[in-house]
Amino acid sequence: MDATFRLWRSEPGGAGALTDYKTPVSEGMVVLDAVHRIQAEQAPDLAVRWNCKAGKCGSCSAEINGKPRLMCMTRLSTLDLNKPVIVEPMKTFPLIKDLVTDVSWNFSVKKTIQKFKPRQPDAPDGTWRMAQKDIDRVQEHRKCIECFLCQDVCHVLRDHGKHDEFIGPRFLLYAAQLEMNPLDTADRLHDLKDKHNIGYCNITKCCTAVCPEHIKITDNAIIPLKERVVDRFYDPVTRLLRMFK
Amino acid sequence: MATHQTYNYDVLVIGAGGAGLRAAIEAANAGVTVGLICKSLLGKAHTVMAEGGMAAAMGHNDDRDNWKVHFADTMRGGQYVNNWRMAEIHAKEAPERVRELEAWGAVFDRTPDGRINQRNFGGHRYPRLAHVGDRTGLELIRTLQDHTVYLGVTVHMEHTVIQLLMDGGRASGVVAYDRERGRFHVFTAKAVILATGGVGRAYKITSNSWEGTGDGHALAFRAGAELIDMEFIQFHPTGMVWPPSVKGILVTEGVRGEGGVLKNSEGRRFMFDDIPDNYKPQTASDAEEGWRYVTGDKSARRPPELLTRDHVARSINREVKAGRGSPHGGVFLDIAWIKEKISGGEAHIKRKLPSMYHQFKELADLDITTTPMEVGPTTHYIMGGIKVDADSQMSSIPGLYAAGECASGINGANRLGGNSLSDLIVFGKRAGEYAAEYAKSSGPIKANDTEVDKAIKESLAPFDRGGRVENPYKVQEELQDTMQSLVGIVRLEDEMKEAHSRLQGYKERWTRVGVSGHREYNGGWHTAIDLLNLLDVAEAIALSAIERRESRGGHFREDYPDKVAEFGTFNIMVKQAPGGGIQVSRLPLPAMPAELRQVVEEQQQ
Repeated sequence: MDATFRLWRSEPGGAGALTDYKTPVSEGMVVLDAVHRIQAEQAPDLAVRWNCKAGKCGSCSAEINGKPRLMCMTRLSTLDLNKPVIVEPMKTFPLIKDLVTDVSWNFSVKKTIQKFKPRQPDAPDGTWRMAQKDIDRVQEHRKCIECFLCQDVCHVLRDHGKHDEFIGPRFLLYAAQLEMNPLDTADRLHDLKDKHNIGYCNITKCCTAVCPEHIKITDNAIIPLKERVVDRFYDPVTRLLRMFK
Repeated sequence: MATHQTYNYDVLVIGAGGAGLRAAIEAANAGVTVGLICKSLLGKAHTVMAEGGMAAAMGHNDDRDNWKVHFADTMRGGQYVNNWRMAEIHAKEAPERVRELEAWGAVFDRTPDGRINQRNFGGHRYPRLAHVGDRTGLELIRTLQDHTVYLGVTVHMEHTVIQLLMDGGRASGVVAYDRERGRFHVFTAKAVILATGGVGRAYKITSNSWEGTGDGHALAFRAGAELIDMEFIQFHPTGMVWPPSVKGILVTEGVRGEGGVLKNSEGRRFMFDDIPDNYKPQTASDAEEGWRYVTGDKSARRPPELLTRDHVARSINREVKAGRGSPHGGVFLDIAWIKEKISGGEAHIKRKLPSMYHQFKELADLDITTTPMEVGPTTHYIMGGIKVDADSQMSSIPGLYAAGECASGINGANRLGGNSLSDLIVFGKRAGEYAAEYAKSSGPIKANDTEVDKAIKESLAPFDRGGRVENPYKVQEELQDTMQSLVGIVRLEDEMKEAHSRLQGYKERWTRVGVSGHREYNGGWHTAIDLLNLLDVAEAIALSAIERRESRGGHFREDYPDKVAEFGTFNIMVKQAPGGGIQVSRLPLPAMPAELRQVVEEQQQ
């Protein structure tokens, strides 16, 4: 059976257009398989970023039929193949070519977040003790594969272009796992409020909806961070006490 | 020819997986300038896919464990052709390297008393693998990546190295191009560390990502470095076999470490049928004892599913060939059965093996908590690689270092699961340390302009030929088919000679591959360039495998099915012959000191 894939093709730094490619498909295939087949047989210079093809590295992020997805984890059996499958690059980042975008902004944002700063070791041999139940949440956050699909879907970045003011769900999650790490002693709340503008997030949960690792970004990371910021800076009782300090 | 940009560093690291990142950290801490080049985005390297854990004899789950047991296990697993000094250093230093990761923000699973939890794995006598569920590689790479961010290391992402530069017999830098724009860059450095990973893409069925094209192996080889043990390839026993598009993707050994059992189509646990003599004293005599072992009973011996990978892979191969395989040409791996043994089994499986649950659910539409998986061998790892000094990781070329999978020695004929991640951090650190020292104490170097111009010109040749000649994807696919069917898990002299002759044909076709379009992010061009490396390593593998006329570890010869003592006294070495081509020789193994020999003997029981 053949299916049609409507891929975004572009000239470097120039205009682009959706282009149809017809290719044979078989049971169990994912979108990335089809894209690879097209690349090997019809469009050898097609630009597509990928690595592990197993949902573990977060390289092949794209918008499939308008939804931010990993190409390697989107099975063709979940799509309607009677219509062309539309594959486009992420829209929140500058386009390099075809399906590949420039995601370097994300790497520079990470540098603005205070690094992990552990407390003094608990044992004389320089090691720490932590209970599993105290790190379950942190481990959920650390499942992130940095595919940046949450950044792609976030309207603060995508529609309002606040890349200079707002760090996006990925890095709120990153800050959350540091803040919730039982060993960490750094304080990132001030930065979150004033520099990273956590307040811009109005919890529409789009990031959670697209996360391929099923991390509850909004409920388990952003909202708890917002609560910490509110408790610290906006709680009336605390403010009152601070006035008399 | 002023078509390139130039960068200068004291130490240049090629590859940003576990070994490359760890090397960069160490070199930066030593106060030298460090550049890091990687083929992908930062944090995407193949290390990210490692699942089970990193082996370190910390003794948290069984205090009988120590470096001596780990050393002896590693040597036994490698069938005693390992570099004993590397195995010793690795066993001694791994615990400290793991603890260091915690200080840098890694969050490992915990024991009930709050320490780093360790799990069972094939070939390791005691629970030894520090882990984070079944995504330990992600934890390792992210921890190192996030730590590197604050150290002033300059990262050049999505750059491919096409040539190693030499200055008077000494490594002096590299020529690379950036994949995004296709521009050339020259990097000069007083010391160069190769940390480029493996060669899995030389095979059709592999657990490796696209990056595993043997770049470091081939760059070093073409620069005149010596490679050893190239015949030793690890076929991991459990890769996915269905659906076809995911064939080869890894199913962690952790499944078996948590109690998963292998069965054939008759429902028989066939691993009990053939237990090698040297492992008999440590292997469970029945299913009940095996189960007690995986649940932490210290008096029990391990189930045969946890024998070394080479043996398990061949056993699976045997069952499939005998017609006792699963519907899609594998065997069954059943973790769901543990629900009979423990309450809350479903939740337990999901907590211990979250990525496996997710992977099978999404890619095969199969729930591992209720249904057995279908698995079969997949090309996973190359034990062979660049010959290095055990302590410093320097190759046979001054100023050129190698660490991680592209280096060779620690694993011998077969690597134990979990020894790779610990290898990365132990020897990555050492490579960084010694390379920095070398850079500080050595004089200035320069890039040879003629060499640079030639490398650039050659790499652009496919554009001159255009898109209507040889298709690089096609040649690559044929090479993978050849290696898979003729130099795979079971080998024969005639077949390997046939492979070697076909490789000469692909080499000739490589001189005619052409690509169309622009240099910007051009997949065809990238494939054409990677292909040359694959050709070089494939030939090195085939010739080394022909030379070793015995069976040992990852190298199994149907025409020489037994281990031969004489072959246990040397490594097979390859290097570029003066007039081109490959020179194969035998390199005697250095004698193991008496005290280490004693350790090996003590642990034999």
